[in-house]
Amino acid sequence: MTTATISHPPRRAASRRSNLRWLISDVAVLTRRILARIAREPETLMDVTIQPILFVLMFAYVFGGAIPLPGGGSYHEYLVGGMLAMGLAMTAPGTAVALVTDMSSGLIDRFRSLPTARSAVLAGRTIADLVTQVIGAAVVAGVGLAIGWRIHSSVADAAAAFGLALLFGYAFTWTGACLGMVLRSPESAQQLGFVLFLPLTFVSNAFVPTQGMPGWLQAVANWNPMSALAAASRELFGNPNPAASVPAWPMQHPELAVIGWSAVLLAVFAPLAVHLYRRKAAG
Amino acid sequence: MGEIPAIETERLAKSFGSTQALSGLDLTVRQGGILGLLGPNGAGKTTAVRVLTTLLRPDAGRARVLGFDVVREAAEVRHHIGLTGQYAALDDYLTGRANLVMIGQLGRLSRSQASRRASELLDRFELTEAAGRAVKTYSGGMRRRLDLAASLIGRPEVLFLDEPTTGLDPNSRAVMWEIIRELAAEGTTLLLTTQYLDEADQLASQVAVIDAGRVVAEGTPGQLKAKVGEDRIAVQLAPGSDLAAAVAVVRAQTTGPVEADPGQLLVTAQMPARDGITTDVVRALDTAGIRVSDVTLRRSSLDDVFMILTGHRAAPGPAPESTPAGDAGRDTATEHGGAAA
Repeated sequence: MTTATISHPPRRAASRRSNLRWLISDVAVLTRRILARIAREPETLMDVTIQPILFVLMFAYVFGGAIPLPGGGSYHEYLVGGMLAMGLAMTAPGTAVALVTDMSSGLIDRFRSLPTARSAVLAGRTIADLVTQVIGAAVVAGVGLAIGWRIHSSVADAAAAFGLALLFGYAFTWTGACLGMVLRSPESAQQLGFVLFLPLTFVSNAFVPTQGMPGWLQAVANWNPMSALAAASRELFGNPNPAASVPAWPMQHPELAVIGWSAVLLAVFAPLAVHLYRRKAAG
Repeated sequence: MGEIPAIETERLAKSFGSTQALSGLDLTVRQGGILGLLGPNGAGKTTAVRVLTTLLRPDAGRARVLGFDVVREAAEVRHHIGLTGQYAALDDYLTGRANLVMIGQLGRLSRSQASRRASELLDRFELTEAAGRAVKTYSGGMRRRLDLAASLIGRPEVLFLDEPTTGLDPNSRAVMWEIIRELAAEGTTLLLTTQYLDEADQLASQVAVIDAGRVVAEGTPGQLKAKVGEDRIAVQLAPGSDLAAAVAVVRAQTTGPVEADPGQLLVTAQMPARDGITTDVVRALDTAGIRVSDVTLRRSSLDDVFMILTGHRAAPGPAPESTPAGDAGRDTATEHGGAAA
């Protein structure tokens, strides 16, 4: 094939930009695409805006009065750490739904037939979802302030709480990305997401202290990453944190546990999602 | 060694589970050529396009686009191709313009280049007015045009059109045909798949008929028709006519075998496609004193080609489908996940 190159068409001049710069550009373009949609149709943000508000109000005023906190303290203040964890985890089904939708519409096929960086589709999606998580966290904080939640610690501690929450939220998004690669219809992604992620948030200390659960369930709940995230937030915000008296390791070191869980989720699910995405090419 | 072909496949094979979608596909399209890949549903047309556009990895065989191997040099291939699938692959929630700019940027144009090219294409495809609207408000025909515009934004040398008019109303189909002809005239290499025989006949300079994942016939539309046989003439004699005499007259005028049906008093024969042939036959019969009640001339169509080559009928001609493009697209897309047609 030595003669073949003679009649090869010239490469586009632009393709000489370095691969890394193109990757960054592709991720930016694909992230902007998703954010542009949110800007056009803000109602797509319901799962990180209306939903947490409803949950906060329901738990604060319907269930909250019946939930005693070991060690005392305001349930309203206790609630915000848990709600932050739930709000972030509940965006994962949305990630799956969006990816399945793009896959079945042929849009991702189009991206794959372009010289676009392979990893940009998933990176763009997860980064855009991180932006929605920031919005969700702000909504939770806002509604929390409205029901009497306050930060009793330093600005640095509060920032660390939000930082940990978003770190975990980003890592957790990759589980949704994997689901999106495996499932074939947006409906099944929605339903399975609900079935998987709802128990995950409820079998934790997000809304109810684990002390009242049966022994075996306590063990599950105390090692649930949601519990670690809620406990870490409460500790860093200076809110009531009954988990501090639970001897399980993650409850004694919630910040470390969140970092560890995030690292594990990223290490397992990000490469898995990329692998599943590439495997689509083999048919 | 001359010019490398725009598209070349050698014994290309791909199966999905137990379904053999491609079983030894051999194709060659020269640069600037227009290949119509003709076949019924499930013949392997879409699979061939997906392999050639680097979306699917073949199980065996080789495929090259402009000399680049679609597996080993996929990244290079992607710099030179455009793909318009059976469904409009667009972001419904972005405007028409935003879709084009996005796809342009992902296709390695700078933002300003992409924006300039988007304006050009919107103008050319008469979408400028709708450019600022979300794509989900577009009609089926507008979506297809935008989709085609999107695949042209990087000025691809080789363009793949997978059933570009399926599901379109006759009007939108005519517009798409016009655009495709223009692209061909500009020198873009086109591979277009279709179930519609008249579409291949109208647009393609070269047709490959595929069935069960392999090419069963190849050539210009004219050559394919010739393969099936020349046009046929059928002469219905008036009651009481001399059948044997009529057969002799018809045989003198035509080239192939002549068939006579004594019960129907019908004489049929193959004959070359030549202007005035009907008149000649009728005049000769008249001169011989044989009265004719009806003469029909049937030109062989690609339909016949298909029937003879594959043993089964192709899909019926283009009928406007009632399904909106969006729904049709979704159906096809589901099928793609697994056993693609």
